[in-house]
Amino acid sequence: MIIATDAPATQEARRVMDICNACRYCEGLCATFQAMSLRRTFVDQDFDYLANLCHNCTACYHDCQYAPPHTFDVNVPAVLTDTRIATYEKYAWPGAFARAFQRNGLLVSLVSAVLITLTMALALVLISNNVLFGRFSGPGSFYQIIGHTLMVVVAGLTFGFSVVAMCVSVVKFWKATGKGMPSLKSVWRGCVNAGTLKYLDGGHGEGCSSVDDGFSNQRRIFHQLTMWGFLLCFAATCVATVYDYGLGRVAPYPFFSLPVLLGTVGGIGLLVGPVGLIWNKMRSDTTPMQVDYYGMDFAFLIMLFLVSLSGLLLLALRETAAMGMLLVVHLGLVLSFFVMLPYSKFVHAVYRLAALVRFAEEANR
Amino acid sequence: MNVPATTDVLVVGGGNAGLCAAITAARAGADVVLLEHAPHFMRGGNTRHTRNLRAMHPGPTATLSDSYCEEEFWTDLLRVTGGKINEELARLTIRESYPLLGWLQEQGVRFQPALSGTLSLGRTNAFFLGGGKALLNAQYRTADKLGVKIFYDTEARDLNFNTGGFQSAVVVNRGYTFEIKARALVVASGGFQANTGWMREVWGSAADNFLIRGTPYNTGTMLRCLMGQGVQTVSDPTQCHAVAIDARGPKFDGGIVTRLDCVCFSLVVNTQGKRFYDEGEDFWPKRYAIWGRLIAGQPEQIAYAVIDAKVAENFMPSVFPSISADSIEALAEKVGLDGAALAATVEAFNAAVVAGNYNPDVLDDCHTEGLLPPKSHWALKLDKPPYAIYPLKPGITFTYLGVKVDGKARVHFSGSQGADNVYAAGEVMAGNILGQGYCAGTGMTIGGVFGRLAGASAAAHRSSL
Repeated sequence: MIIATDAPATQEARRVMDICNACRYCEGLCATFQAMSLRRTFVDQDFDYLANLCHNCTACYHDCQYAPPHTFDVNVPAVLTDTRIATYEKYAWPGAFARAFQRNGLLVSLVSAVLITLTMALALVLISNNVLFGRFSGPGSFYQIIGHTLMVVVAGLTFGFSVVAMCVSVVKFWKATGKGMPSLKSVWRGCVNAGTLKYLDGGHGEGCSSVDDGFSNQRRIFHQLTMWGFLLCFAATCVATVYDYGLGRVAPYPFFSLPVLLGTVGGIGLLVGPVGLIWNKMRSDTTPMQVDYYGMDFAFLIMLFLVSLSGLLLLALRETAAMGMLLVVHLGLVLSFFVMLPYSKFVHAVYRLAALVRFAEEANR
Repeated sequence: MNVPATTDVLVVGGGNAGLCAAITAARAGADVVLLEHAPHFMRGGNTRHTRNLRAMHPGPTATLSDSYCEEEFWTDLLRVTGGKINEELARLTIRESYPLLGWLQEQGVRFQPALSGTLSLGRTNAFFLGGGKALLNAQYRTADKLGVKIFYDTEARDLNFNTGGFQSAVVVNRGYTFEIKARALVVASGGFQANTGWMREVWGSAADNFLIRGTPYNTGTMLRCLMGQGVQTVSDPTQCHAVAIDARGPKFDGGIVTRLDCVCFSLVVNTQGKRFYDEGEDFWPKRYAIWGRLIAGQPEQIAYAVIDAKVAENFMPSVFPSISADSIEALAEKVGLDGAALAATVEAFNAAVVAGNYNPDVLDDCHTEGLLPPKSHWALKLDKPPYAIYPLKPGITFTYLGVKVDGKARVHFSGSQGADNVYAAGEVMAGNILGQGYCAGTGMTIGGVFGRLAGASAAAHRSSL
């Protein structure tokens, strides 16, 4: 029953999910419909959960007998995308930053532009030209440009804040959408389903309907390159931290060292994956998509691409005079990425994981 | 693409049966044109609203649990049709239903894995992953890849015959009339339930109150053309798959979500507030196909299922919320019934209820005594507010009047008239097997089996032979 006090996205989600729950033909496609079928009626928070279980693969739209222009106008991917973006606002921390998700693409681009300009300007003003455009090699060469302590403090503070903000958000989300602590088994199950992108397999393993009503694993492959590319780069950073503080080995490291190899492989993933995802999205049927949010998606994907590109260029040209400026630009990009982490598309990962863990809990019951 | 002037095989109708025929004929090397009356988004006729097909299988398969042998399938069909069935064609359908599953998978159709226990139909029926529209998407993709020329928004209006049999079809494509000559014709254009005028000829003004559950494009034009050419018919115009559905659904194309499973837990009354049939006669899946006809026989072709709070969660959620009130009188008023009459019916019913062990999962012993008509099972006193009503109307899935075919899907003409190059598949010939009654998933099985037969037979007329 439609409750007039619902937010617009919730109201439409309720109307559509009531139709879906009376049909259930899509139960074999993904976790969203299996979780839906476990409920006879919905409370508002159920839509936050279902929306974040949805991977927006659009298979259910192409398979729907009530898809627009049918009278019932059932467009599950579109309405759940609306709801999903609304959850990013709803559970954002601190609450004052919730508005960041409105015109997010513009905001992410502007903040990045400002931070990169600022970093470059500061570098030009504060670092003498023969250092900034000088040639360095061997351990410690990066720190000739920007001091080790400054780098660690700025990165630590921004990244630390972002991690705290996302933790608070996901705890709020977890508490709102159900009860209790998850079992270790559910956490593992959720991680496996996230790590393998199980629910982009179309229910039969041949992939989702990301472009048209045919099956394709293209989007899944590009997303894997992006996700695992990011995780490898993150792993590279962690290993480098251990090298630095644990083993006293000072960056930059030789090409055939663990941090550089992890970063290079991950970096290549982050070049190919985001480009592929954007290409895939540009070719998709737009009816089940919400074109309004492409700004958020593209800003995040381009950011990942640029962080990776600048990092790989830095690796390739670190023995040349271009190193100084490349380092400044790379760190400016990384800084923007860290600052915007909890207020960009990145948050889909934490809510998705939480929703998949919740689904594992429910499915076990 | 313009409609071509000639082809080997012309398929009229782009549902499951037509596509099975088109794919089979194209695989056999024939040049195939397929006409779909609906625009792209409504393509596929009633197949859009289906979700499974019934298939014989000797043992567990990836998509079906246990086994379902020919004799059991045959017994099920014999029982629901009350003997109005062509045994030879029925057994052919049953035997061919097993290879049909594998064949459909080769055409790209994906099924849900067998989930024993979760669905009562999991043993006898294979479920399409994503439903009937997903099946259609796969079939259309395959047909397109095989070079079948598919025309949407294209209606076959008339058929031309001469001494050599079927010659050509008159078709309207995007508002223009064309003639397509073909060596063989496959008619897979469904029943006539969406033809309001024809339905009124059969049912009188009562037909105006029927809801058509599926496509608005099944108007029976091809069936009428063939009848004009002296084709032999099967079943009769009044026979159809008619169920009780939510009266608030749309006139056409409401599909599965207007289904209501509350009848056996409710009291069903007509506009006079009086009961007219035993709501608890048997399990709902075994009775739902008779309730459409029962309601069609009531004044204004509408009925009201009344429940109380005790049983409100005993059935699947429906798409429209129930109409509820705290007293029977107030409830009656909300739907325009006479409050006193409904209250009297409820009182008489409550007085006749014999207490028992209520259990929705078995044919329990909760029944009435001394009441006419009785309620044989799940009879609980209607006494716990809030009370709720679901209004019901007859929902017509498809009509059974069809063309007589043989084991090659060839259409039979009476007397000396005739043609040997006309084939039929799907709802337009399902009456050969379903003279009356229905067994879930049989329509899709008949469409698939006869679609393949019709396609193979029609392809044998191709020019390159």
